[in-house]
Amino acid sequence: MSFVATQLGFAYGLHDATFQFPRNGLISIAGPNGAGKSTLLGMMAGLRSPYSGSCTYDGKEIRQWPKREFARKVAFLPQSVRMQFPFTVEEVVLMGRTPYASGWFQTAEDRSAVEDAMTTTDTLAFRARDFRSLSGGEAQRVILASALTQRPEALLLDEPATHLDLRHQLALYKLLGELSKSLLVVAVTHDLNLALRFSHRVMVLEDGRVAADGTAEEVLNPALIARVFGVQATLHGTWMSYEG
Amino acid sequence: MKGSVLLSAAVLVAVLIAAPLAGSSHIELGRAFAGVSPDHEIFFYARLPRVILAMLGGAALSVTGVLFQCMLRDPLAEPYTLGVSSGASVGAVIAICLGWRATGLASLVGAALVLLMVLGMAVEGRRLSSFTLLLTGVTMNSMSFAVILFLHNLASFSQSFAISRWLMGGLESVEYSTLAWLAVVVIGVSALVTANAPQWNLLAVGDDWAASRGISTVRLTTLGYIAGSVLTGLVTSLTGPIGFVGLIVPHALRLKFGADHRVLLPCAFLLGGAFLVACDTLSRTVIAPTEIPVGVLTALCGGPFFLWLLKSRRRSLWL
Repeated sequence: MSFVATQLGFAYGLHDATFQFPRNGLISIAGPNGAGKSTLLGMMAGLRSPYSGSCTYDGKEIRQWPKREFARKVAFLPQSVRMQFPFTVEEVVLMGRTPYASGWFQTAEDRSAVEDAMTTTDTLAFRARDFRSLSGGEAQRVILASALTQRPEALLLDEPATHLDLRHQLALYKLLGELSKSLLVVAVTHDLNLALRFSHRVMVLEDGRVAADGTAEEVLNPALIARVFGVQATLHGTWMSYEG
Repeated sequence: MKGSVLLSAAVLVAVLIAAPLAGSSHIELGRAFAGVSPDHEIFFYARLPRVILAMLGGAALSVTGVLFQCMLRDPLAEPYTLGVSSGASVGAVIAICLGWRATGLASLVGAALVLLMVLGMAVEGRRLSSFTLLLTGVTMNSMSFAVILFLHNLASFSQSFAISRWLMGGLESVEYSTLAWLAVVVIGVSALVTANAPQWNLLAVGDDWAASRGISTVRLTTLGYIAGSVLTGLVTSLTGPIGFVGLIVPHALRLKFGADHRVLLPCAFLLGGAFLVACDTLSRTVIAPTEIPVGVLTALCGGPFFLWLLKSRRRSLWL
């Protein structure tokens, strides 16, 4: 097991969440606005405290993990980055190496990790560009590259596909699917069709509680979608259509 | 990276050599070192201490500007944003009104009090957010200015003149002993801040960005606030508030060298120092023997230069 949560709660956002996540696979977290998805993801990333109940990674309570060591295990991707300063793409990616840095200068290992991550995410072509000049899709890939240089065991993504066009959404989820063979990928998403198609498991949150948890086919059925989202859904094999 | 730091160092050295030789009366370096009067006195007692003060002041303000803009992720932040310098001003104005001679000491006490009050307000439990820091600092600024206006209103004519002069900011020759401890603190704090340069890079992107990469953001933000406040408070107590340096030097450097704090911080120290020395030299030579307040020159020289930089290599409106 990687993450194990028992009666996990946080302020007004989350109540009694209990689940166990494996060491690999792609897990989607879905649910209406305000259901506690981002809160949960932030807590798993060690960014929200204090929480009630228990949430462990590798058997150790998240608040007890040394931050630096935890950052080598778990990487977090925010929904978007509002960059104020002229960092280059390569500098942004290199920041992922911080949990391994021992000093002021990057090592040969840092450079090779950056090179690998940028190859995987297909971002080498604009490595010298100002991060703020990138399109939404390019920026998202650069942020992913930065997280990959942490060489994490688990990747937590907050609505990674929101700012992407259709082609980039599919490309990103294909890449996540590929990555999820060797590491745990947890992605908050509003796109049930992406969740249905790519994830091994879907967890649906409602009002800060786990409303459903299982394989995509088990969970994303019209009855549950009607109950949680208040939307009439029709399943057409591997995709769904909705009516208000 | 090394290139830009070396270039900055070369510029600073050139400015430091040229500045003490320039002035209303012509002096020669050889005669000054040989102890020939009056070259010796003008060089060592009138000009050199002032040049060193300008160098340390410009360096401290620029480093603080880089730091505060980074921590607050606000391109408009400057050393005076977080309240410490207005605390220093209140201290100085009180000293002037009460007829104390230790204006510098009083302003130092004012700066320290504001530093402690802002920290006390902004630290909740073990959290400290740049947002509360910003709001607390801005509020302290407003309150300090209210106190200054009130005291100014009560002051006599000569006190009122002294208050205006102080608030304008300016460089004067100070004792070498004062310069020595100023140098120790400015260089020490700047070195400490620069040692954390890789972490500032992450904090400049965002709190969560830094925290999810293993950085203790509360510790780092607190360090940045205290370091910047000590630098600004000390310099302000000696020179009064000198505007523009801490706002524009960091932006000009980002335009030229990018956002990496490993380059930005050393260059801010070196070129910020050089910039203020150059402005001060102009301020005492252009219409000598009358002096132009150095704050007027930092804006008048720095402004057009910065606009030119902005135009010639625009990355975006906010650099």
